[in-house]
Amino acid sequence: MANPEATSTDKPILETRKLSVDFGGLHALSALDIQVQRNEIVSVIGPNGAGKTTLFNAISATVEVSKGDILFEGKSLLNLEPNAITSRGIARTFQTVRLFTHMTVLENVMVSQHCHTKQNAFGALLYTKAFRTEEAEIRQRAEEVLSFFGTRLVGYRMDQPAFSLSYANRRRLEIARAMATQPKLILLDEPVAGMNPVESAELTTMIGRLRDEWDFTIVVIEHDMSVVREVSDRVVVLDHGEKIAEGNYDHVSNNPEVVEAYLGKSMTKK
Amino acid sequence: MTTIPPRPTFTQDWLRIARMGGIAAVGQTFIALSNMPVRLDERLLIKPILSMGYLILIVLPFAVGYRYGHQIKREGMPTFTPSMYEVLGGALSGALAGGGLSLLAVLLRHFDLRDPLVNWSPILLNLLTFGNATWFAVIIWIVIGTGTGAAGGLLRLLGPRAYRTAISVAITVASAAVLESLIVDIAKGLGLENLTDRLYASRGGIEWLSAIVLAVASGTLGVLGRGRFRQAKTQLSQLEGTARTQANAALIALTLAALIVLPLFAGKLTNELLANVGIFVLLALGLNIVVGLAGILDLGYVAFFAVGTYTAAVLTAATSPRISPEMPWLLALIFVVVITGLVGLFIGAPVIRMRGDYLAIVTLGFGEIIRLLFLSDWLSGWFNGAQGLVQIPPANIFGLTEIGGTEPRRVFYLVLAFCALAIYVSWRLERSRLGRAWMAVREDETVAEAMGINTVNIKLMAFVVGAMLGSFSGAIVAVKVGSVFPSSFLIVVSMVILVVVIFGGMGNIVGVIAGAAVLIGVLGGPRQPGLLAEFSEFKLLIYGALLIWMMLARPEGLIPSMRRSRELHQHEITQDAWLKN
Ligand SMILES: Nc1ncnc2c1ncn2[C@@H]1O[C@H](COP(=O)(O)OP(=O)(O)O)[C@@H](O)[C@H]1O
Ligand SMILES: [Mg+2]
Repeated sequence: MANPEATSTDKPILETRKLSVDFGGLHALSALDIQVQRNEIVSVIGPNGAGKTTLFNAISATVEVSKGDILFEGKSLLNLEPNAITSRGIARTFQTVRLFTHMTVLENVMVSQHCHTKQNAFGALLYTKAFRTEEAEIRQRAEEVLSFFGTRLVGYRMDQPAFSLSYANRRRLEIARAMATQPKLILLDEPVAGMNPVESAELTTMIGRLRDEWDFTIVVIEHDMSVVREVSDRVVVLDHGEKIAEGNYDHVSNNPEVVEAYLGKSMTKK
Repeated sequence: MTTIPPRPTFTQDWLRIARMGGIAAVGQTFIALSNMPVRLDERLLIKPILSMGYLILIVLPFAVGYRYGHQIKREGMPTFTPSMYEVLGGALSGALAGGGLSLLAVLLRHFDLRDPLVNWSPILLNLLTFGNATWFAVIIWIVIGTGTGAAGGLLRLLGPRAYRTAISVAITVASAAVLESLIVDIAKGLGLENLTDRLYASRGGIEWLSAIVLAVASGTLGVLGRGRFRQAKTQLSQLEGTARTQANAALIALTLAALIVLPLFAGKLTNELLANVGIFVLLALGLNIVVGLAGILDLGYVAFFAVGTYTAAVLTAATSPRISPEMPWLLALIFVVVITGLVGLFIGAPVIRMRGDYLAIVTLGFGEIIRLLFLSDWLSGWFNGAQGLVQIPPANIFGLTEIGGTEPRRVFYLVLAFCALAIYVSWRLERSRLGRAWMAVREDETVAEAMGINTVNIKLMAFVVGAMLGSFSGAIVAVKVGSVFPSSFLIVVSMVILVVVIFGGMGNIVGVIAGAAVLIGVLGGPRQPGLLAEFSEFKLLIYGALLIWMMLARPEGLIPSMRRSRELHQHEITQDAWLKN
């Protein structure tokens, strides 16, 4: 559940300052200020097209920032290549699952450790001691990450191509892959979308464990309000690229503006 | 899968018959007018009844006859039990296909369209009529079409065992016919001329009596031994861990031993062929890293082949105009690899930031530019332009042997050594950090970048490694041919290498080797004759047709890389369903 220790007086691990992203005339994000504290779990919610995924894309440099700045551990991320951002310690998953489908489950996780390993072609060709040690380490770390999901991704399944996985397991593998980049901050884009209630409840507790056991800071985009209530220390609400509310779940869910923009339907249903 | 009783024989799907037969008839006409039958008629397969020219004319009726009975199999949908329905339908489709040729014979007799259609000739007419009157051709082609179509339909009626036997008989006889020159050559080396003299007619082709003996023998063997062969195969694929490694090692050792021993008993012809196949295996392995592993569609791969050949020539030949250090070949090889690698870097650096189609077009351009540079007046002081570089000396290997074009056996051993090296390189790299990064880039470049991979560097690496592997074949070809001309490096070479990679199975070492053996060994390379040398002028047509068929029917290539996985898919879904409850 919520972590009362996380106070806003700490220096934020991630901070956006007046962040704007424009697509032609469309302001996908306008002057957005968000702060994420170390070890916090922040949910980003908002109706479809609010700019949530665009926020992740801007942080991971897959779209261009029009104005403003993004700071990670006090340093700007602007003008960095996506892979450099991953090396700094930010990992992400994709809303539309994008695995390396023709690689095995294990390879998917192994390749994601790329920026923390360094053996080159010569090591591989000469099959040096250093190469073998590093391979063993990569493999071990990969298995460690995969076993976080219980028995689902280990055993014979590690050597299956990713396309043979069920939908829920693909989502899990996406998270495993992000974990393998050894990040400080993980951005999860709708991690339980398409899962059944049992699976999504299970994944919800795992998001908590990711923070508690793996020491990650987590930003999660989620539509499922029960998940949001369960995991978030803080909730940020976006609408039309602007932040319309921020605070803990109860605070946000009672905010009339939010209810109108987004929660309206699902609140009355509950 | 449930089966339901057969469809009644005389209520055929007439539209389907008309459509398939019609398409086949048009195809037959096209084949006939492409002059393939006339040219290929010189090659006898089974004496005296079947030449390759006639074989090519019964392929289509047989294919539509077989295809007619095809049923789409869907989960939970019943399928009809095959019956005379399939045979009759196949026969009628085949008859239409044969009818196409009958019509063509009539038209050939009465009209002269030689002006637009060069092959509209009395020779073709003669072939179609078997030297008889037109009415004979009309009847005989309808009869042949009906017969082969019915045979195709009959194939559907066979049980799995009979089907396998029929296929193995067909494959045995066909390979005996196709591999004739190879078999004769090796038999001569082994002192078994008696056997091949009896098997083959003096002017080529299997004696019809021998063909029957061969068919019966392979059929019996198939019936008796096929089950065991399958068993061994599944057993092998089920092995795990060290047992599997050992089995693989044994297989590799056996193959290698065969490849080392075989050329000793083979004559020039066979060794020449093997060397040519090897050179394309080498080229295809290099391109496989670029296209198959890293997913970069490089249409100008011939550039690196060219740079490798020219560098080796300049460095070793005394006749090269500007500089002629006359290095020993092995020393030159180091420079060849380094220089080609640098050229790869130089071409790759600007190109590699592009994606997909753009990249393909630009590499295509660079492939041509390199050839034109070697041809140009500007650099003719270095490379002699169209005259090329000649008198490249043979390669001296540590003073042990001299390897040159007059000794195809030695060339083959040289190629074999480099193939082994290239296979090792591909195999090691694929299972390394670099290889995994290549595959990730191939699968999804954006995601690969988000997972911390510097995609530009990684792709550049693939380009350079591919270039270096390609340069080996260049250096070998330089000593094998003894001369080098710009005209050896046309775009078509890039295309042929690419087709080999795609046909064999992208990203799969065994597939690439199999692809080269089938395409280059049987059909022949851009300049190199294959076993079916008669095909040489139709080679590109057949390459194209094969490629289209491959993309439609088997996009993963001849030997796909992860076959077992699909079978286990079902298991996965069942388990998840179970977990949910
Ligand atoms: N690459 C792009 N090019 C143009 N428009 C985009 C692009 N990505 C997102 N958009 C637009 O930006 C807006 C925000 O999208 P997104 O961030 O995906 O919303 P969501 O909050 O549902 O994740 C939408 O109107 C979308 O159409
Ligand atoms: Mg989204």
